[in-house]
Amino acid sequence: MTVEQVAVLGVGMHPWGKWGRNFVEYGVAAARDALADAGIDWRDVGFVAGADTMRNGYPGYVAGATFAQALGWTGIPVTSTYGACASGAMALDAARQRILSGMCDVALVVGADTTPKGFLAPNKGERGDDPDWLRFRLLGMTNPAYFAMWARRRIDLYGATTDDFAQVKIKNAAHGLENPYARYRKAVSTEDVAKSPTVSSPLRLLDICATSDGGAAVVLTSMDYARKHLASSAGSADPLVRVSAISTVTPTFPNTILEMPNFATDSAAGLPVPERGFKQAIGDAAYAQAGLGPDDVDVAEVYDLSTALELDWYEDLGFCGPGEAEKLLRDGVTTLGGRLPVNLSGGLACFGEAVPAQALAQVCELTWQLRGTARGAQADKATVGITANQGLFGHGSSVILTK
Amino acid sequence: MARTKVPAIEGWMSTPPLDELPEDDGTGIPGVKLVGTKCVDSGTYFFPPERVMSRVPGHSGSELVEVELSTRGTLWSYTDAQYQPPTPFVAPTDPYEPYCLAAVELAEEKMVVLGQVIPGVTVDDLQVGMAMELVLGTLNVDDEHEYMIWKWRPAADGTGAQS
Repeated sequence: MTVEQVAVLGVGMHPWGKWGRNFVEYGVAAARDALADAGIDWRDVGFVAGADTMRNGYPGYVAGATFAQALGWTGIPVTSTYGACASGAMALDAARQRILSGMCDVALVVGADTTPKGFLAPNKGERGDDPDWLRFRLLGMTNPAYFAMWARRRIDLYGATTDDFAQVKIKNAAHGLENPYARYRKAVSTEDVAKSPTVSSPLRLLDICATSDGGAAVVLTSMDYARKHLASSAGSADPLVRVSAISTVTPTFPNTILEMPNFATDSAAGLPVPERGFKQAIGDAAYAQAGLGPDDVDVAEVYDLSTALELDWYEDLGFCGPGEAEKLLRDGVTTLGGRLPVNLSGGLACFGEAVPAQALAQVCELTWQLRGTARGAQADKATVGITANQGLFGHGSSVILTK
Repeated sequence: MARTKVPAIEGWMSTPPLDELPEDDGTGIPGVKLVGTKCVDSGTYFFPPERVMSRVPGHSGSELVEVELSTRGTLWSYTDAQYQPPTPFVAPTDPYEPYCLAAVELAEEKMVVLGQVIPGVTVDDLQVGMAMELVLGTLNVDDEHEYMIWKWRPAADGTGAQS
């Protein structure tokens, strides 16, 4: 079932870093850039969708209102979404629904975060019925520990090596060298990765993404509005990039892959295991909406929380079969100049994770890739791009952009 | 003064009376079982125990019964924590000593359950597919209490079959 398209008229980002300022500042900067990119006045926006942050108090829980107020109340409706790392895609989906239902022509989607140093930790307090609190209390199971469990599976199932993982980092670091929005712009060598300390075996510090401050924003409009707007104004959105799919699927029971922050997988003792796993279903739903398949994809931004996880996504998105991701990487297919470059932005390897902004940053990057205006690494003649991302507690996120 | 042994979480483990247990010498104390629930209609297990309703689609009306889970399984994956995890984790030792974490697949329940691995085991001692068994060990202590938690360790006899 394909879904009607909406236009990406403008995108904007605040550079990622460890700036230590209020997240609202980053969101507003990104929003103003996106509006300027679209050539749209804030007063013409009919809806704001904010992706929430859980680490910045109440304003973070009501991100839609927070950004609308900061930009200057205009009386428009807002929504605030949270789906962990998938929050941005959920906000984007809410904006798309408003537009496709005819309730507005122009929607602004914003996500921004200010993150603490070190491991992402649960909220404070004694919360014995919260699995996210309990996994730290009872196990000391950090996010990198989950990433490491999945990485170990690649080694065991497919013969992946830690050198393969390092090659992902080296590739992404090279991609991000000239990206003005990236936090880390430094070439990385095999030795750099090998010298970095092990955090959770088999993953070293340079295999794991940092946490960052940052902000990203997207202006979505109806296709009609976009065409009229481009005919009558000087927006930079030419060629016009469209949202052809937004997948926000959840797992199907029983989900037999260990997910953050759970203590166990679902049991498969009662029902058969679904033919397509959760992460595969994320891409499947996006391809179905767009009426496209993996062979159509020219460029991708996937969530490299760890280097090994990027390889998982190649397979989950259908770029290759199970166990073939290392070969795809080694053959240079996913490197700039290859058939299907992945993470030309530099990925999380160069950005670090700013949770509610990250899924939107992927959309910003692909918009530039499809327009041919990326300020860093630029794909050659890309017309179809896909993002993939997953938020803990069962949130899928995949967006397909086309032009 | 001896500390009182208490479960680190209520309702997730069945153990012999804790005040009768020997001290944990680090190798773990046998006799602990994980407590789960089972959806009677579909035969699906839940851990941590689901007590509200069966989460199996189409079986929401099923009775949930409490069950003890298998105490042996095979290693699905593993890692370690080279850096001290953040609060509310409390390190059992000062200075902090890295420990392993295991995801163990239970054959009967067809599910994978996480746990810490007993101290002294390193990732070099572990291999996906090896047999693991459940024991009780010390999570951390405070002035009055020793908090007890389930842990995995390589099975003594090397078999992952059901006990």
